[in-house]
Amino acid sequence: MSPNASSLAASLVQSVDWLAVAPPTVAALAGLAVLVADLFLPERRKHLLGWGAIAGLALAALALLPLLDGDRSTFCLTTGAHACSYTADTFALVIQFLVLGGALVTALLSFSALDDLKLPAGEFWFLLLSSAAGAALLPAARDLATLVIALEVASLPAFALVGLRRGDRLSSEAALKFFLSSVTATAVMLLGVSFVYAATGSLHLSRIAAALTHVDPRLDTLAQAGVVLTLVGFAFKTAAVPFHFWVPDTYVGAPVPVAAYLSVVGKAVGFSGLILVTVLAFPSYADVWGPAVAVLAALTMTAGNAAALRQRPERPFSAVRLLAWSSVAQAGYLLVPIAAAGYADSGQDASRAVGSTVAYALMYAVVNLGAFAVAALVARTSPANRITDYRGLYAARPAAALALGFFLLCLAGLPPGVIGLFAKVTVFSAAVDAGLGWLAVVMALNVVVALYYYLQWTTELFRTSEPAAEPEPVPAAGAAVTRPRAVPLTVAIALTAAAGIALSGAPQLVLRFASSALL
Amino acid sequence: MNHTVQQLLLAALVVLPLLGSAAALLPAPPGLRGRGPDQAVMRHGVTVTGVVLAAAIALAAGFDHDHPARMQAQTDIGWIPALDIRIHLGVDGVSLPLLVLTALLTFLSALYAYANRPSGPSPKAFVALLLLLESGTLASFAVLDLMLFFLAFEMVLIPMYFLINRWGGAERERAAWRFILYTLLGSVVMLLGLLLVGLKGGTFDMVALATDNGSGLSHTTQLIAALAIIAGLAVKAPMWPLHSWLPDAHTAAPTVGSVLLAGVLLKMGTYGLVRIVLPMTPDAAHTYAPYLAAFAVVGIIYGSLACLALARAGAKGDLKRLIAYSSVGHMGFVLLGIATLTPTGVNGALFANIAHGLITGLLFFLVGALKDRYGTTDLDQLSGTSGAALYGRAPRLGGLLAFGAVASLGLPGLAGFWGEMLAMFGAFDPADGLSRPAYLAYMALAAFGTLLTAAYMLIVVRRVCMGDHPIAPGTGTEAERPALADVHGHEFAAWSPLVALTVLAGLWPAALLGLTDPAVQQLLAGGTR
Repeated sequence: MSPNASSLAASLVQSVDWLAVAPPTVAALAGLAVLVADLFLPERRKHLLGWGAIAGLALAALALLPLLDGDRSTFCLTTGAHACSYTADTFALVIQFLVLGGALVTALLSFSALDDLKLPAGEFWFLLLSSAAGAALLPAARDLATLVIALEVASLPAFALVGLRRGDRLSSEAALKFFLSSVTATAVMLLGVSFVYAATGSLHLSRIAAALTHVDPRLDTLAQAGVVLTLVGFAFKTAAVPFHFWVPDTYVGAPVPVAAYLSVVGKAVGFSGLILVTVLAFPSYADVWGPAVAVLAALTMTAGNAAALRQRPERPFSAVRLLAWSSVAQAGYLLVPIAAAGYADSGQDASRAVGSTVAYALMYAVVNLGAFAVAALVARTSPANRITDYRGLYAARPAAALALGFFLLCLAGLPPGVIGLFAKVTVFSAAVDAGLGWLAVVMALNVVVALYYYLQWTTELFRTSEPAAEPEPVPAAGAAVTRPRAVPLTVAIALTAAAGIALSGAPQLVLRFASSALL
Repeated sequence: MNHTVQQLLLAALVVLPLLGSAAALLPAPPGLRGRGPDQAVMRHGVTVTGVVLAAAIALAAGFDHDHPARMQAQTDIGWIPALDIRIHLGVDGVSLPLLVLTALLTFLSALYAYANRPSGPSPKAFVALLLLLESGTLASFAVLDLMLFFLAFEMVLIPMYFLINRWGGAERERAAWRFILYTLLGSVVMLLGLLLVGLKGGTFDMVALATDNGSGLSHTTQLIAALAIIAGLAVKAPMWPLHSWLPDAHTAAPTVGSVLLAGVLLKMGTYGLVRIVLPMTPDAAHTYAPYLAAFAVVGIIYGSLACLALARAGAKGDLKRLIAYSSVGHMGFVLLGIATLTPTGVNGALFANIAHGLITGLLFFLVGALKDRYGTTDLDQLSGTSGAALYGRAPRLGGLLAFGAVASLGLPGLAGFWGEMLAMFGAFDPADGLSRPAYLAYMALAAFGTLLTAAYMLIVVRRVCMGDHPIAPGTGTEAERPALADVHGHEFAAWSPLVALTVLAGLWPAALLGLTDPAVQQLLAGGTR
């Protein structure tokens, strides 16, 4: 081979750092393995699939360990300016850990739901793992094409997961709603991406950032429109106002573990995408997206809390509905540091502000999964899952009630939920630091409003249940009584509670991300 | 005493009740089971609060009384480097009396509840919440980090909420909601102010910030931050017009809850003003002081008038509610003393804080005892047509009630006198730069308030303690009244320390003022060592 030809080959064939891409790859391969194994396993052995899926997720999370020593990049351009499509930096690793851990807890929640709702096991585990793989790919993606693909890989299986309850009108309606609004958002985002590409000539985030500083004045409007439209797509995933209407119906229609997954992993996907795009690709347009995100944050938290306040506790599915609206409100808090990043003086400051979002998201992931886990536990005995069904939970299951009370107080940000309080403090301080005093005040008011419904639910747990006014309908063939004990569910609650308590004792574990530059 | 021992004692004050609270939820170990789980857990409460009180007394004994302005028994370890939050504990002449008061009142409450079990759900939860409350209150007086102060400030809310909500009387759920929503709204606003001070001042350490004396903060920052902090603390104190949660909460709360709410929780607000606002934002304190004083005086007059209205015959006034309103008036004196920005006034405020804790604690205990005996605290029902004649029927109880009432109205020689006198004295000669005529007017109004206080307290004494033996209609002989138990042993045990301390503080104010004065001088002049 001539030297010329070998250099050509080197420029076309790049070496892939398989270790760096291991976490999403392992999750994806595990998904395929589960799908294939499903074909060969007899019906009574199907539960092995779940353990396989959990093992796959745990393996993917373990694959993060070798990456801790430093930033790695792969899929880089071999010519011209240095730009990579995949970077495993601290930000990517933390979000990947969140996503894989969240999926793992979801998997633990799903065992009893699969049994109770008679969901097809093989498909369920395959879809969950595929979605997790996409979600794990996203935070490491450093070009718009990879971002969009990762976003879709994370979302498409989620539509199917929501609609997996066969023959359930609510479930298919929820899936359809979710699908249609998501697809619209994706279409809008693709349009935005194409505009940005047209204006800058690149899909790599770092090169877009460089090119946007000197856009041809004739293309300036195009670039601005592209920036806004791209953000719209991510705003949808984060369920920010006005793209939040799908949330309650989707959560209620979906099986509870899937709702938990959407509320944590789905949100993490949206946020990491939003952070990557705003901070890495569009820093020169901070004066456009900074105020926009700030307004969005204020509207989102206010709308979420206002709707959560109006939930009537005796309505069917009010518990999940309340969690859904509260997750909208929490999304508002998560947006605050991103808005603050838009007001930062330097890239360093912006990266630190974003760290507050990451810290808050970690806290939120732990306690929200915990709350959903207890909701899944209660859903086994009272499928309607009304908040009034939680009355007297302390008398019936003291540990579960204490855990739920703790999770709710963490979400509210009240002691003993110390971690919730300090996560809110970091968000507040990001806003105050950036000079967004008005946003801090709006958030403070929202925090108080949110306390109202979180506390009301907490009080319900410890209230003595009134002598049953209407006797519970006797379940056919004693279905509720003979249901096997949900060991994985208990493990999930214990795991999240232990994590929440550990974080409350040592908040530094997650808050350190708020003080260091991640990106 | 050895520095390490002191450090450990102070840390134990915060940690012990917390551990005790967790332990109360667990089943009793063999050997400590007592006469059943309920008795065992109530006894556990008495034991833990007793140990905490002993630790507080040992701390006070080991305290270097020659240097009360110096922060003593300091512990300073890093906790959350990301936010620069440190576990910084310490005690000086301002916080020591409040720590001892808290430990004492909680112990007495636990003792009272042991013998006179509050009606409500499981005593297990009651004891756990009581200990959690104690831990939070002690922590808020012991910590020297703004964020930890906020954490402790919030920590007391949940237990108090549940104490009112689950063990309270009529209307308890609404009252508990009001209590928690009001105070939460206030404390979130306060959090913003604290954050502003911490972020702009570069540290959350209260000692460092007090030593800076506001030099690191611009005037505007000080004004905004102090407004937010004062708003949050004023809800807690409570300052008129932010007081309206208080009467409901007190009326609905169980006896022990009322005692602790009035005795120590309200003090957290005024303590915060002295510890945070005065030294850290001195310029803003100077700007806001006249308004604060005005609100304080309105509170004094308003509280007294409300009490007078409740004390009238036929007003269906609730005795608990009346004492709650009298708290608004008394805390008005405390706020007035702080707003003078003079050592005299602030010392008076701190003295009145302690005195109010002792006296109002006693009064709420007494009213609780009345309620146990009569089943009501409605003044009209209690006194009937001529008076409840407590002197005749339960002379010791009647005597104690009269004692509490005259102590509350500020009889010289009892604790209530000094604080209010010093606060008015401070208003007579406020700090430089404050309008003297305005403060003279405030002083005159406050003095008028003491007259009104005397009036309603005496009316209460006349209607509850005095009275004829009623004549049964038609017969001309004395009507039979059900026998009334006089002071029980456990009540005597719970109340006598309060009575003794009220007399002691009244006769020997120097014991307390000697502690607070050097610390106050230093806080006003710039910082703590």
